[in-house]
Amino acid sequence: MILTIAVAILILMMMVFAVYSVETKDLLYAVVGTMAVSLIVSILFYVLQAPDVAMAEAAIGAGISTAVFVIAIKKTERYEHD
Amino acid sequence: MIKKSIALILIAILFVAIFFTLANDLPFGDNRTTTGVSDKYIYHGVNDTGASNLVTAIVVNYRGFDTLGEVTVLFVAATGVGAVLYNMGRPAGKKRKKTEASLIVRTGSRILFPMMLLFGAYIFVHGHLTPGGGFQGGAVIATAFLFKYVSDTRYHIDHNKFTATESVVGMTFALVGIMGLLLTGYFLFNFLPNGSPGELLSAGIIPIIYVAIGIKVGAELTGILDNMMEVEQ
Repeated sequence: MILTIAVAILILMMMVFAVYSVETKDLLYAVVGTMAVSLIVSILFYVLQAPDVAMAEAAIGAGISTAVFVIAIKKTERYEHD
Repeated sequence: MIKKSIALILIAILFVAIFFTLANDLPFGDNRTTTGVSDKYIYHGVNDTGASNLVTAIVVNYRGFDTLGEVTVLFVAATGVGAVLYNMGRPAGKKRKKTEASLIVRTGSRILFPMMLLFGAYIFVHGHLTPGGGFQGGAVIATAFLFKYVSDTRYHIDHNKFTATESVVGMTFALVGIMGLLLTGYFLFNFLPNGSPGELLSAGIIPIIYVAIGIKVGAELTGILDNMMEVEQ
């Protein structure tokens, strides 16, 4: 029961971050939002007893891809235009 | 505004529907794996392959050919990034002009860089014993190089050496497969003794392949990051 509640809270946080990264006009904040989603997904994978996938998600989803996005934003533009 | 609130309400309804359907139909944390083909992997995997980590046993041994395809996909992606970005405003012989990182970042990177490399190597060397493997270890190694790039504005990888390393380990993977074909008649078949499960030198060809994959993924991801860092704005 406690585990189910904790997982529900994590999934809710994940949804909040996901909606935020879609809605925000500042792309740097959006990237941080996707990183948070990846991090929570990796925690969920660990809870669901898939440590292999959790490691891949934490290293690639939260680490490398965030860096790639941040570099891309630095080389182009930070704010989204309508 | 109305569109937005409709979207939010839809998301909330979907969340409730999916979460409670899953919570009802799939009891959380229950053991539902002892049916079908997973049965075979769980009860015969360790004897078949000699690897304590069943995920690695499946990824490298049972479906090693798919893993060769995955590595090829990553290679093609890295080549594509290089091809698109290579001639895009690369300053000829000019250093990247950037603000210097702070003292804490520079000192921390000097201490942490070798540890991160070692940790990445640990992950892929122990891929057949503990969670993790070539892809995860390679990503950690690429993160270490990214840290070096962030902390030192003059840091620069030698592209030729990285490409050569990547080619050699990529060929190692293919050669191990071809040796299996020659010795046993099946591509990527395990031709080495399994050893006793749980030891570092066990599981036949799995450690060789995972070390190759780890170095390859590390070199490729570092190459992608380097290509992106070097492009002018």
